[in-house]
Amino acid sequence: MSTPTTDKGPSGQEKQDVRRPGELNVRELARWGWRQLTSMRTALILLLLLALAAVPGSLVPQDGVDSLKADQWRAAHTTLTPIYERLGLFNVYSAPWFAAIYLLLMVSLVGCIIPRCLVYARAMRAQPPATPAKLTRLPDSATYVTDEEPEEVLAAARKELRGYRIRKDGGSDDSVSAEKGYLREAGNLVFHMSLIIVLVAFAFGSLFGYKGGVIVLVGEEYGFANELSQYDDFKPGSLFTPEDLDDFSFKIDDFKAEWLTTGPGAGTARGFESNLRYTAGASDEKKYDLKVNHPLTVGGTDIFLLAHGYAPVITVRDGEGNVAYSGPTIFLPQSQNLLSFGVVKAPYASPEQIGFQGLLYPFQGTVDGEPVNLMGDIGDGSNAMLSLQGFRGDLNLDAGPQSVYALDTSKAHMMSPDETGKAFNLRLGETAELPDGLGSVSFDDVQQWNRVQISKSPGKEWALLGVSLALVGLLGSLFIRPRRVWVRARRVDGRTLVEVAALDRSGGGDTASVVTGLVENLRGARTQEEKDV
Amino acid sequence: MSDHTWGVLSNQAITAAGVVYFLALLCALVEWSAWLSRAKAAVAAKELVPAGRGHSVQTPRESERVETNTVESSADGDRVDLDTPPPSGSGGSISEVTEYRAALFGRLSLMLTAIAVVCHLAALIARGMAADPNRVPWGNMYEFTISGSFVVAAAYVVLYRRLKLAWMAPWVLGFTVVVLMLAVVALYEPVAPLTEALNSYWLVIHVIAAIIATGGFTLGGIASLAYLLKNRFPDAALLARVPELAALDRVSYRIHAFAFPVWTFGVLISGPIWAHEAWGSYWNWDPKEVWAFITWVVYAGYLHARATAGWKGKKAAIVALIGLATLWFNFIGINYFSSTSQHSYAAPAAPAVVELTISEGASR
Repeated sequence: MSTPTTDKGPSGQEKQDVRRPGELNVRELARWGWRQLTSMRTALILLLLLALAAVPGSLVPQDGVDSLKADQWRAAHTTLTPIYERLGLFNVYSAPWFAAIYLLLMVSLVGCIIPRCLVYARAMRAQPPATPAKLTRLPDSATYVTDEEPEEVLAAARKELRGYRIRKDGGSDDSVSAEKGYLREAGNLVFHMSLIIVLVAFAFGSLFGYKGGVIVLVGEEYGFANELSQYDDFKPGSLFTPEDLDDFSFKIDDFKAEWLTTGPGAGTARGFESNLRYTAGASDEKKYDLKVNHPLTVGGTDIFLLAHGYAPVITVRDGEGNVAYSGPTIFLPQSQNLLSFGVVKAPYASPEQIGFQGLLYPFQGTVDGEPVNLMGDIGDGSNAMLSLQGFRGDLNLDAGPQSVYALDTSKAHMMSPDETGKAFNLRLGETAELPDGLGSVSFDDVQQWNRVQISKSPGKEWALLGVSLALVGLLGSLFIRPRRVWVRARRVDGRTLVEVAALDRSGGGDTASVVTGLVENLRGARTQEEKDV
Repeated sequence: MSDHTWGVLSNQAITAAGVVYFLALLCALVEWSAWLSRAKAAVAAKELVPAGRGHSVQTPRESERVETNTVESSADGDRVDLDTPPPSGSGGSISEVTEYRAALFGRLSLMLTAIAVVCHLAALIARGMAADPNRVPWGNMYEFTISGSFVVAAAYVVLYRRLKLAWMAPWVLGFTVVVLMLAVVALYEPVAPLTEALNSYWLVIHVIAAIIATGGFTLGGIASLAYLLKNRFPDAALLARVPELAALDRVSYRIHAFAFPVWTFGVLISGPIWAHEAWGSYWNWDPKEVWAFITWVVYAGYLHARATAGWKGKKAAIVALIGLATLWFNFIGINYFSSTSQHSYAAPAAPAVVELTISEGASR
């Protein structure tokens, strides 16, 4: 910018290399790039860019957060989906462009912090700076005249400036130079380094950890052992191996919920408690009461209670009287009062495949002739009702894997208990005959299930440590005031002229009060002495 | 007292607080208008007075008084007469009356604000007492909103003297009145027990931090907004009450510097700990978490911007206001725009209410 240049080329600068102004060689370019990257401005822009980049992930459903929602979104937006797919908008937080921003930010951070650590290490050993020649030119200063000897004033000042580092001055000792607040920069450095700890710990946890969910029926004969095949859904980190699964198993003996029958929260439940028996590795069986906000930790794995619901025990007999389906069937809650939806498939029924889908009303009532669910508490089951639509024919199971919670009715025909086309409505213990001698369906019993989340996030202690350190460092960097104070005392016209000045290097500090306070104390000390005398 | 009485008391206290805030706002506006008329008078006087007259060395305040005194005897007196009482017989000048009026209504506004804050606090406590079992009043949007506006108003009163916030009165009070009104009109929900996931002592820790930081950021944002306006219209008489730029920047920074660590603790320490307890993983990229993180990053940007050449002042203030926008979007917007958030307290508990009426009907 400031170098004079001519249009006629480099002829006037024989001593230098032959290159045009502004041209850089590789090393210079690299250095320039590094300077740019580690500059505060770049860090600031990267920070704001990171904030901006995080936005789409909160607006577009994420595969890693709610894959079901993401799939539904894909199905609903066929034009946008391929574009979003290419931009990685369904996986923003693991997308390359997102990674590029935070990696650049980290490099910028490290590049900024390391030199500052070195500078700080030097500053820690350095003396406070020499007293400026004209203290009165500083923004906050004061002067007064006293009859004390300069040495006395300076000695008193040294005493007053407790907590400050005071310059050991050899030569001109008509002044005291003091500094404090060194820890501000230390706090700043701790804060930034802790952020790196947090990021590394978080990355470690995401790479080696996992998160899975499973629905476990309540009862002695059911249970869960921590193996990959037992999970309903499983989201491993990219470096996770099945050997990382901790060895444990558990059974749910009982599950209790407290149902509210009065007040505005009536119909909802609280106080969930799941009584577990678990074995970890080769150790003995232990008991644990699993509650919301009260997880069980086995080794490095945490087990959480997330949801609960009902599993009606349904038996389907086919046209030949054989049991084609029998057992507790998990129905998924559709609302807070546990009105639940579920599916029964009996592919081996003869002569035809039989399927059902329908609702479980834990506590059914009737409003305007329509069944409604009044509350989630099933009690003894006397008000429970199962309302099933029946299907016969091909359940299309050959077409590929199907969800156990969905019935493919594209090749099947609906069947009803009579000509009205209504559903099979069963009270607990009831059995309904299927039309055309196809068999029967019965509602035998109701069991409960719990949805349990099992997750392992290694390095979480490190992340907590990092973020706590970051907070401590942050407090230091925001509230410790780096401050320099000078006192000069010299003989002028037979009296002592005292000049006091202070400088806050963070800006915005309240140095005026420091100066007035110090002056008051220095003069007050004198008056006190006079009184004593 | 029964739970129902507590609930009624809470609603009445909120109404009372709203009314008193409004009265305080009126007082603050009277004070503001006094400053406005003085500033206008000063401008008019400057135009009238020949250039040579202001020469003598005076402190700004003295010169201002001298100049306003000129108004009294000169042409522009009619307008001033309209909105200030005529000077009393003892010979007090208009500027003195105006100043007296400003000081009086300023004090009155502060006093009323303090009373309203006490009412507001009573409403919050009563709200918690109305629930069975008793709980902290942070179970739904209505309760979060009245708690957040309480923190804004209370922080204003607490910091009034220390940060010389008197100029902020109409801004803070206007904000509080509007937010309270919105809360009562649009967000009101009857007292209900906490949903199970909220039933944890981490609620207290996490939400206290989040609400305090939200209140702080809002106050700091008001200072930043004032900074931008003052920066754009340095001579506007309407902004005469607002202190000069450097002071605004300092006030804004000091409030933000307080709120930022609190926010850090709220969303990056206590939040993840609670998320780990309740949802099984300390960071879930839940939309609410993402936006809390975005807010954090933007405010970190603000703190850096204040220390970066070329970003000080105006740009830093803009960054602070962006931060405030993300904060409030997170508080309000995410609950309505995002369907995947696990912070589901905003979801109205409509089914439960329907069931209640039905079961009452059935039992009759």
